[in-house]
Amino acid sequence: MRKGLREIIKVYRELSIIKDIVKGIHKLAPKVMRKYGADKLKIMHVCGTHEHTITYYGLRSLMPENLELIAGPGCPVCIAPTRIIDEAIELSLNYDVTLLTYGDMYKVPGTKMSLAAARSLGGDVRIVYGFLDAIKIAKKQNKPCIFLAVGFETTQPTTASHIVLKSIPKNLKLIIAYRLTVPAVDYVLNQPDIPLNGIIAPGHVTSITGAKAWKFIPEKYNIPAVVAGFEPLDVLLAILEILKQHLEGKFRVYNEYSRVDSWEGNIVAQKYVEQAFNVINADWRGIGVIPRSGLELKEKFKDYDSRTLFDVKIDYSIDLPPGCKCGDVTLGKAVPTDCPLFMRACTPSRPYGPCMVSSEGTCAVWARFGGEGKVKELAKILGLDNIV
Amino acid sequence: MCLGIPGVVVEVKGTIAIVDFGGVKREVDSLLVPNIKPGDYVIVHAGAIISKLSPEEAEETIKAWREVLEALYEM
Repeated sequence: MRKGLREIIKVYRELSIIKDIVKGIHKLAPKVMRKYGADKLKIMHVCGTHEHTITYYGLRSLMPENLELIAGPGCPVCIAPTRIIDEAIELSLNYDVTLLTYGDMYKVPGTKMSLAAARSLGGDVRIVYGFLDAIKIAKKQNKPCIFLAVGFETTQPTTASHIVLKSIPKNLKLIIAYRLTVPAVDYVLNQPDIPLNGIIAPGHVTSITGAKAWKFIPEKYNIPAVVAGFEPLDVLLAILEILKQHLEGKFRVYNEYSRVDSWEGNIVAQKYVEQAFNVINADWRGIGVIPRSGLELKEKFKDYDSRTLFDVKIDYSIDLPPGCKCGDVTLGKAVPTDCPLFMRACTPSRPYGPCMVSSEGTCAVWARFGGEGKVKELAKILGLDNIV
Repeated sequence: MCLGIPGVVVEVKGTIAIVDFGGVKREVDSLLVPNIKPGDYVIVHAGAIISKLSPEEAEETIKAWREVLEALYEM
């Protein structure tokens, strides 16, 4: 009899091994710093779910003083361009259509309002869990349905598979705003003002792309890349592996999440994406254009494009509302508490910038579970600050 | 948003699978991982199976790391 899921997870939450790993990190980090004569080490992850794990479990409070864990571009909702949201809002308010979107996208502020606000004004906006739900709803409707397709590599293949197999009802059209994390990480590593000592690669993006997608990190930037899962132990192991590679002086891609991810990835999924989409230069909200970081429908599938049916002209979009630091937060140049609006003008119940909306947005995660400072204070009060 | 939820496949009906998430059962899309069968552990993202999950591999990882940690203390 195979073990149940709960038993598997139990192994990943066992205190003794977690303590050992934290001790290991405390032992290796000063050695790495001495080796480079550095006074700080910075490790970046690029996944909202990793930020959730790190913040929810208070992992920053377990790190040595000068080891920083930075959140990079890991939230597709946060970086979906404003004009896409504005376009969806216009469609839902001014045309007889049903607009289908993920729950996270529903609340993101566009230039004038969010899709949630558009619904309160009478727009037919509905939340779906996945593309399969969008297909089911469209089959029951006798008016056009529009699916707002946002997401990273993990999300794209499902839509792609139905496009290629032509199993999409005729009245279901798509607004494609897909973005690719792999070129975005390349872009971040190219920024001269954020020197990084390692990348924790996103486990679920990698389930599609394969760990091989990250091999440019050690090859081009000479730093470790570790693909990690989403249990606290996974993230801690990734940090330890990064430090270990620095001491050994040899950098490579290490797949810590081998229970789910492989080197080659999901080839079936990759083929569908290749067949359905072209890779294009694309704009990221708060960041700008990143080369070859977005997808568009191939010419032969243009019938599925919402714009063949509705040509909505949007000329009023503004990227970020004034004062919002989401761009810097997404690039890892700032933390949410650096933003003067954080938890003042911008809160989870009344988000002002896009990073405060999705449950994976860095600002929203910090708002819910507290950032670094708060966690350290709390750990002290509870007497948990001397685990090592 | 790349949240993936582990579950166990209960039934496969063409390109749709019924997956049990610790008691909650849901229909999910299995187009991307066509060779699944009941009893398989899978990761589901936005209503679609994106990968299989290997419990054996999970134990292997931990076992390997225990050895690394032991070596670390002898350093």
